[in-house]
Amino acid sequence: MVASPLARSAQTSPTAAAWQSLVGAPLPSRRQEEWRFSDPAGFSQLEPRLWSGPEPWVDLVLPAGVKRLDAGAAQPQIAAVLEQAHCHEHWPVRLNAAAQGALLPLRVSAEASELVLDLDAADCGEVLAVQVLLLLEPGAQLDLTLRLRATGRSLSSVVIAASLQAGSRLNLAAVAAGHLDASVLAHLAVVQDPTSSLQLTTAAAGWGFSRLEPRIVQRGGGAATRLRALQWVHDDQLADTHSLVRFEGPDGSLDQVHKSVADGNGRSVFNGAVQVPRAAQRTDAAQLSRSLLLSDRARIDTKPELEIVADDVKCAHGATVSQLQSEELFYLRSRGIAEDQAARLLLAGYCDEVLAELPAAAAGWRPLLEQLHREASS
Amino acid sequence: MIRSDAPVLLEIRGLKASVEDQPILHGVDLTIRAGEIHAVMGRNGSGKSTLSKVLAGHPAYTVTDGAVLYRGEDLLGLEPEQRARIGLFLGFQYPVEIPGVSNLEFLRVATNARRAELGHDELDTFAFEDLVRERLAVVQMDPAFLERSVNEGFSGGEKKRNEILQMALLEPLVAILDETDSGLDIDALRIVAGGVNQLASPDNATLLITHYQRLLDLITPDHVHVMAAGRILRSGGPELALELERTGYEWVDQELAVAGVS
Repeated sequence: MVASPLARSAQTSPTAAAWQSLVGAPLPSRRQEEWRFSDPAGFSQLEPRLWSGPEPWVDLVLPAGVKRLDAGAAQPQIAAVLEQAHCHEHWPVRLNAAAQGALLPLRVSAEASELVLDLDAADCGEVLAVQVLLLLEPGAQLDLTLRLRATGRSLSSVVIAASLQAGSRLNLAAVAAGHLDASVLAHLAVVQDPTSSLQLTTAAAGWGFSRLEPRIVQRGGGAATRLRALQWVHDDQLADTHSLVRFEGPDGSLDQVHKSVADGNGRSVFNGAVQVPRAAQRTDAAQLSRSLLLSDRARIDTKPELEIVADDVKCAHGATVSQLQSEELFYLRSRGIAEDQAARLLLAGYCDEVLAELPAAAAGWRPLLEQLHREASS
Repeated sequence: MIRSDAPVLLEIRGLKASVEDQPILHGVDLTIRAGEIHAVMGRNGSGKSTLSKVLAGHPAYTVTDGAVLYRGEDLLGLEPEQRARIGLFLGFQYPVEIPGVSNLEFLRVATNARRAELGHDELDTFAFEDLVRERLAVVQMDPAFLERSVNEGFSGGEKKRNEILQMALLEPLVAILDETDSGLDIDALRIVAGGVNQLASPDNATLLITHYQRLLDLITPDHVHVMAAGRILRSGGPELALELERTGYEWVDQELAVAGVS
């Protein structure tokens, strides 16, 4: 494919050169398959200046059963998780490392109470990077909620690397309320041992550019993975989720539902890879992508990407793209409910399947609710 | 109950309507007074479901001629939600499933929209729960259905009970029940028909749309109309429904042939 003059000039602009120099690798390009729908111009026009504000989470109070590790011990562990999740070479991960942001390495050794992490990039005009390491020892349990917010020009770079040992359970929720001038690049890498259990629930709205990459590896199979995601785009926003779930042993399970809503000129991308190699016999995996198109200018790209080599498996997948159902609208209107209120009820109902699974600290978080409400009523 | 001095609630005059440029109704005339129960019978494709959708304001149907007056005022210029608020109710043949929208919340929003029109106070969650639990008795419905999403995973009978529950809450003046008997076993049919009978009063009217006599064994109509080829072919009393049950619809074809309509 011949690069357009525009793309070439973006690659060679002083800003692009500065990004390349910071990260040690050229900016992603739409010529790369995994960035085909996500034009990096969405975030790369920001000068790559690093966060100059106070370090987040310095005064964090940790619940019983959770200990902070020292940074020196944490770095090799993070690298190991990212390598096992086959994303250590990804550009957003390299950016995250280069930005040398806040590091929060945690070891969870018991059934801990909920931990909430707030992160606010505001309109800093900078790159705010955070790294979180979660080591869950056998039988440990943690509910972790990340609430990410931006109110103007900024780039948030998030890497969460988690290792779940046997019998442990991680309930990870990430909610993100953005701004048309704000971008977020997030990798959520989780390596699961057999009999561990992961629930990952994400909801994002309002970002000019968001790229979310959940990377789950069941390294011996036999674990349970449940993924729920909602992304909402409006105006000229782009939300891209590239997920990977890989089973490296038998008897693993996956239950994945990805929902998106695209309005205005918004563009929503979902690429859901599920890898079931020969060793992963008796895998039970289900992936569903459901998209709602609210405008004739909006665009949805959704692609399941199943690589199944094992022969004794159950792997279901489905993808639907629809509009607000006119029969549902008429039914509500025929009961005296005004058309705009009926549409809001239907949209809330559509999102509820994901939002209902968020823990209270995420579900009741005002910035996200306000974003969803604003977009539903515009 | 027929009282010739009862106020006219709904007056349909020469109503013609089409869907996707296909004419379906070819001039329907019907007058419904307070206290009356009407039944419109006819085969599939006769236009009887179209009539109900047009009256409720379904956007897929276009009225091409005629008029509908509701308590003497034009109905056809109103949005569907406005028709519902002033007291017109359509019980759906196929009630729509709406995942993620709680049945209780849906019922409360709908009830409050009607109450606002009547100048009554809005009911908060608690006051509404009291009301809805009382009205559940009309259709012997399990309160567990309030907690579920609207009609989602309901059986055919449960969906129809939910329709009559909505009718009990909205207290319409004109209730149009489209094939409410379809898909019901005899027990469910009895419960649903019992609900309709309980809600009928001298102040309101019911229009039953049905294929079969079996519903009319349980709800006795004052007037029966036979619909064919988009118009009302014959009107009579309850005996007309019994005659249809006995003789079938073949005479309808003969009358249509005589009238030059195929």
